[in-house]
Amino acid sequence: MTQLALVIDLNVCVGCHACVTSCKEWNTSGEAGPMTDKMPYGENPTGTFFNRVQTFEVGTFPNTETVHFPKSCLHCEEPPCVPVCPTGASYKRKQDGIVLVDYDKCIGCKYCSWACPYGARELDEKQRVMKKCTLCVDRIYDELLPEHERKPACVMSCPTSARLFGDVHDPDSEVSKAIRDSNGYQLMPEWGTNPANHYLPRRKVEIKIHTDELKRVDNPLSKEERKKHQAPGTGPSLDDMTTW
Amino acid sequence: MLLQASIKECLSSNNYLGNIMHPAFSVIFLTTLIGAAQGLFLALFTGQIFTTFKLMPEQNDPNFYIIGSVLSLMLLTLGLFASFFHLGHPERAWRSIARWRTSWLSREVIALPAMMIGVMAYGAAHFFDLTYPLFETPGGTGLDATLILGFITTVLTYTLFVCTGMIYACIKFLQEWHSPLTVINFILLGTASGFTLATALSAWLNTELSNFYATWAITFTVLALIFRFATVIRNQKITPKSDLRSAIGVRHPKVVQITQGFLGGSFNTREYFHGKSKAVLRNIKYIAFILVFVIPVILLVISLSSKGYFIPLLAILVQYVGLLAERWYFFADANHPQNLYYQNIA
Ligand code: SF4
Ligand code: SF4
Repeated sequence: MTQLALVIDLNVCVGCHACVTSCKEWNTSGEAGPMTDKMPYGENPTGTFFNRVQTFEVGTFPNTETVHFPKSCLHCEEPPCVPVCPTGASYKRKQDGIVLVDYDKCIGCKYCSWACPYGARELDEKQRVMKKCTLCVDRIYDELLPEHERKPACVMSCPTSARLFGDVHDPDSEVSKAIRDSNGYQLMPEWGTNPANHYLPRRKVEIKIHTDELKRVDNPLSKEERKKHQAPGTGPSLDDMTTW
Repeated sequence: MLLQASIKECLSSNNYLGNIMHPAFSVIFLTTLIGAAQGLFLALFTGQIFTTFKLMPEQNDPNFYIIGSVLSLMLLTLGLFASFFHLGHPERAWRSIARWRTSWLSREVIALPAMMIGVMAYGAAHFFDLTYPLFETPGGTGLDATLILGFITTVLTYTLFVCTGMIYACIKFLQEWHSPLTVINFILLGTASGFTLATALSAWLNTELSNFYATWAITFTVLALIFRFATVIRNQKITPKSDLRSAIGVRHPKVVQITQGFLGGSFNTREYFHGKSKAVLRNIKYIAFILVFVIPVILLVISLSSKGYFIPLLAILVQYVGLLAERWYFFADANHPQNLYYQNIA
């Protein structure tokens, strides 16, 4: 069974929102659109987004770290949002595990969004139906696109390659390897939703340098060392290194 | 920058989540109206059972059952009507019967019209005077069509209560709701208001039943108070299972959100923050307590020894307004873990 998902590397994400804008651009003009904005230039702009990038601060100054955190539907393997939907508009695809909303069936009762602990669903003010990340389902299978472009728009746009896309059920996929090798984890594991999307944690890269490593005691090739042995016949000669 | 103010407000309260679930009036009206209608039907049928089995003096005023059924039906219809305002696409509401296998909301959508049909049939049976005994119990009491329809409708009524309660109780991460107490409260509060309404109705129609109903209304109101109070106590002791650490997966005791990623509001900030202060919430809780329990019980006790329908009518009106406040509080009391992601704007 296939379960497509995103793996987001928090160690790499710089919080540039490129994925947010490219998601909006692709999806508002694609099958999942429009993603309505209300009063975009007014005092209180608001609109529908599938993807948000948030920023958190960890620790107390001066020992703080900034974590940029992109958040979209996690395409849970046990999605609590699906069984509660009275119309069957919310469903999880068997073939690839993508959780989708059928806009033609949705009655806009919002019950599914109550049942998503991650706040991944947003009701579209204009169309009055529930919307959420589709994992660019209208893009990843599009054979008109060159093979390397059949990825979600956010993955394509990420300038730091913080977003990986693939099948988390295939142990040899890029995403599965990344989860394995870099301790990928799921959000809010306490609710048993088993999100398909994973996050890779921040990794501190540290090198321990001891002082004696900075100052070599005995380097026969250093200038000083060579000067010491400059008197003829006292310095190292070829005979010291080789035997004929 | 109303939103900014409201979020700041939520943040300044010590509850880090802020209080949430913006209560929707359509749902408040839906649940309170059908609750009273269900209670009223149960009251009608209880009265009939008691008279049929001669547990109290015979009173057979079919008008009471007919008018009661019509009133119950009207309240159910009003509730159904209110619920449409909650939907983005009311014209597609019929689709919501599709997933009754998994969704309590879908089950409610089936149970509500089923109960309406039941009440209609029950009222019609009384209207057409279908009191010819179809069976006879060993004790010699005849079971007629009104009794059988009443029994079926009672089952439908409880089914509807359970469906309504389970819509809220089944969402496990809304910890304030995820408890059998939610279903019990829906049943008891609905029943209490229905019996109070039945008291007023029987007093107005001058039947002998008003004291009988007043006694039951007092009993159910007190029972409801006990369970509602237990719920308040339980909810005060809840430790949220999710926190920012599990929300973003960083193991550190101090994690704060710098920005939720956008300035203006979104569906998530509107639906899950009511933006009211803790003080407002507390006041609404006290108002609900006084209007749902204290005043109606006093009025019902007075009505036991007085004539006229004014006092029980006042009791039900006060109780209903109180129930609106109670339901508002019920929604506002719930903390949604998604709010962890919407704490700050920068
Ligand atoms: S993240 Fe939310 S909307 Fe997406 S599948 Fe999981 S529960 Fe459903
Ligand atoms: S809002 Fe739409 S998708 Fe969500 S539960 Fe209601 S009908 Fe289903």
